[in-house]
Amino acid sequence: MKWLGSTFLAIFMAASAQAEDIVTTGDLGLVVERASGSLLLVDQSERSSIARIEGLGDLSHASLVYSPDQRYAYVFGRDGGLTKVDIARKEITDRVVQSGNAIGGAISDDGTLVAVSNYEPGGVRIFDAETLEMVADIPTDSKTIGLVDAPGRRFVFTLWDAGETWIADMSSGDPQITKITEIGANPYDALITGDGRLYITGLFGEDGLTAIDLWSPEPKPIRVLPDYGRGQQDLPVYKMPHLEGWARAGREFVLPAVGHHQVLWIDGGSLEETGRTDTYGQPVFAMARPDGRQVWVNFAHPLNDTIQVIDTLTKEIVHEFKPGPAVLHMEFSPRGHEVWISVRDAGKVMIYDTRTFEKRGEFEAESPSGIFFTSRAHKTGL
Amino acid sequence: MRNLLIALLMWSGPALASDASSTDDLINLVKQDCGSCHGLTLKGGLGPDIRPQSLSHYDVETLSTVVLDGIPDTAMPPWRPLLSEADAQKIAEYLLQGDLK
Repeated sequence: MKWLGSTFLAIFMAASAQAEDIVTTGDLGLVVERASGSLLLVDQSERSSIARIEGLGDLSHASLVYSPDQRYAYVFGRDGGLTKVDIARKEITDRVVQSGNAIGGAISDDGTLVAVSNYEPGGVRIFDAETLEMVADIPTDSKTIGLVDAPGRRFVFTLWDAGETWIADMSSGDPQITKITEIGANPYDALITGDGRLYITGLFGEDGLTAIDLWSPEPKPIRVLPDYGRGQQDLPVYKMPHLEGWARAGREFVLPAVGHHQVLWIDGGSLEETGRTDTYGQPVFAMARPDGRQVWVNFAHPLNDTIQVIDTLTKEIVHEFKPGPAVLHMEFSPRGHEVWISVRDAGKVMIYDTRTFEKRGEFEAESPSGIFFTSRAHKTGL
Repeated sequence: MRNLLIALLMWSGPALASDASSTDDLINLVKQDCGSCHGLTLKGGLGPDIRPQSLSHYDVETLSTVVLDGIPDTAMPPWRPLLSEADAQKIAEYLLQGDLK
């Protein structure tokens, strides 16, 4: 009888395990539908969307980060909303409106803290990743840009009005702030390299960029390409470039110029210029395929229907095509075999093979902008 | 955008029907492209709030000049290469009225 009972128990347990839906998230992603305040959950292997999650507020210019287990996404809306989304259950878990006007965020290396960068009121607020309770408020009296995570439970961000970079070290619980001044005029965005060492800030108000070596005991601003546009008339910039989604191709960085229709190549060690490539328009994103062999570039209004692909060995454009009106964002599959492109005014996400450049698929989306694959969970700065 | 507008205007001549189409295009431009700095709802981003209550110190003429020529030493670019004076005036009127749906 005892034997019979255990058999029944074993059969019962096996059946209930099968009945439970096992959801794997490693090849999933989220696409921001900017005008309708919704997200599309997408499956990279199926090349399609599998669910729509609604009710996230104003998602223009929204971005998101993932928890280390790739189950939760933290979505940073323009209206100051911070929304925690469970992609396994395809639903919103929690949502707080933490400011009036926000611009991006980051998750700490240990996955326990989520930081949000705010335009209004200026500053950074840090939240418990589990509960979304605020654990630190760092006012700056300035719009903050370029917020990234850095190793050691740190966040780094920059002040648009004041031209300062602040490092908030959360390793002891309360924020310990290090301020680095004289970054330059009107820093508009910043990136951190995948090894967490260099924080590079793009400047709108003057030529060049500013790098900070986070491995240095006393980080100081290092000017990069201070003369790159000297003597040339700046062209109007109808959309600020993005440095998030940084491009490191081999030993070099590739960065969009501002006010010049070029991408700039910088040696990763010396930070000296190694080349320039003339492009079709004002670059918005210059993104390296994960292996670093290609850089894909999209452009500002009114030339935003086009993508150019640059070979990193020759620094020459090897492919140019027009996916459709208002190409806003690109995301590579983790190993780079495909790239997903959001084409806002076509209402579509398009998928291309990065070697043959052939289209592999497309699906409908409402005014799609940012595309974020879950593989970002395991990368510093993304 | 300018080419599109010109094409639309040439195609449909001076008939009133053309206004609806170009109005939609201009509204889309304001929301999407002005919106990339000023926010989709125009309440501000890297660029300032440009909702009517924040622009009340402007008249239509001054505001269209700002749109056409930008503001030197700021991130506000000149839109003259992309927009006609009539377009800029319409955009200024829309912005001051807050008549953007």
